[in-house]
Amino acid sequence: MTESPLWPLVVYFFAVIALVLIILGLSSLVGPRSTMQRATIEPFESGVVGIGSSQIPISVEFYLIAMFFVIFDLETVYIFAWAVAFFELGLFGYLAISVFILILVVALIYEWKSGALDWGVKKRVGLRE
Amino acid sequence: MPDSVFIYVIIFGTLFGSIGGAAVLVWFERRLLGFWQDRLGPNRVGPFGIGLAFADIIKLFTKEDWVPPFADKFVFIFAPTAIMMAMLLGFAVVPYGPGLYVVDLNIALLFFLGMTSLAVYSVLLGGLASRNKFALLGGLRSAAQMVSYEVFMGLSLMGVVMLSGSFSLVDIVNAQQDVWFVFSQFLGFLVFTIAGIAESHRLPFDLPEAEHELVAGFHTEYSGMKFGMFMVGEYLGVILISSMIATIFFGGWLGPDFLPPIFWFGLKSFLLVCFFVLLRAAIPRPRYDQLMSFGWKIMLPLTLVNLMVTGAVVLWWGY
Repeated sequence: MTESPLWPLVVYFFAVIALVLIILGLSSLVGPRSTMQRATIEPFESGVVGIGSSQIPISVEFYLIAMFFVIFDLETVYIFAWAVAFFELGLFGYLAISVFILILVVALIYEWKSGALDWGVKKRVGLRE
Repeated sequence: MPDSVFIYVIIFGTLFGSIGGAAVLVWFERRLLGFWQDRLGPNRVGPFGIGLAFADIIKLFTKEDWVPPFADKFVFIFAPTAIMMAMLLGFAVVPYGPGLYVVDLNIALLFFLGMTSLAVYSVLLGGLASRNKFALLGGLRSAAQMVSYEVFMGLSLMGVVMLSGSFSLVDIVNAQQDVWFVFSQFLGFLVFTIAGIAESHRLPFDLPEAEHELVAGFHTEYSGMKFGMFMVGEYLGVILISSMIATIFFGGWLGPDFLPPIFWFGLKSFLLVCFFVLLRAAIPRPRYDQLMSFGWKIMLPLTLVNLMVTGAVVLWWGY
């Protein structure tokens, strides 16, 4: 495996940061200053005067998706490690990861059947039966 | 040319090349959309209207640098820079030709996936810091969409990693001397492309900023260059995903010898960018719940099947 030196990445990283800072700085220097008007300090809500705080209650589905993401993304990390060592591990590794993926699929089916992947009106109260 | 000067040329070539590419793409996309929708598109400023790219930049720079007083100031400014930095850093591992890359990491693929995932923070923080209901909804939708599609975006590439035995993009390109991975890993290609569109939240998956219901989604309160950075980040994402698809599935710089390798890489990426624009012109936007169940109920099982079948086939027939 060929390895190139790492320092170009470091230089590139700082170049990117510098560029972003220059863009931010330049736009704040060049742009005009604001003339405060009556509605300038209101959050935009399509012309309607906003009511209440913007911290509105949100659907619980977003929370569920975030939890599934943590579960499934953690599991993909193990699959990554297996894939890169695929030839070294051979048949044994394949069988082992099959069991692992089977557990993953069982979890997915459970989520699916319990309605956690459905959005909108809920028909679910725990598992059916 | 001494080695270190050569590397500096590549570093700054990558940086300004990708930013310039994104700026020109803003104009080019509108022009191409006009062509597909049987109208002219922007054609007034300069030859073919290409001056519009520069006019846009000048306009965005001379707009007011506005931070709403009700917003969380630091996070509000940080959010647009995050997506731009993440996408630009993703370009560091793209190989344009043999020896033509900023860095050849042995974990280049993971680095790329990590950088595209960081873009989630940008839209989520942008939506939260705006303290605006539309922006909050847009940011949340976008975060849920991106984390869902991220799960199998990485998994869909594992077939390629198994066949080439490495995370290094240079090794992956070299493993395609005989046959491109798009033929042996077609399912992986399909899933990765769809996930890539969803990750860069382009149409038809631009639900986070669906204009008819959420004003402008997470960047409702943004204006001037901060909005411009979100936009540049999005177009950088399109170019980055296109060049990654070209590298991983279409043999990167490999091509007939009569033209230099970087030309073949550029041509493949360019055609894929055009394909992204064609999708925008051709396909309507799905509903949000359809998008999410499409991801979890179809794409994720499909990816796992692809993984298991690839493993079984390679083990059975050897490689």
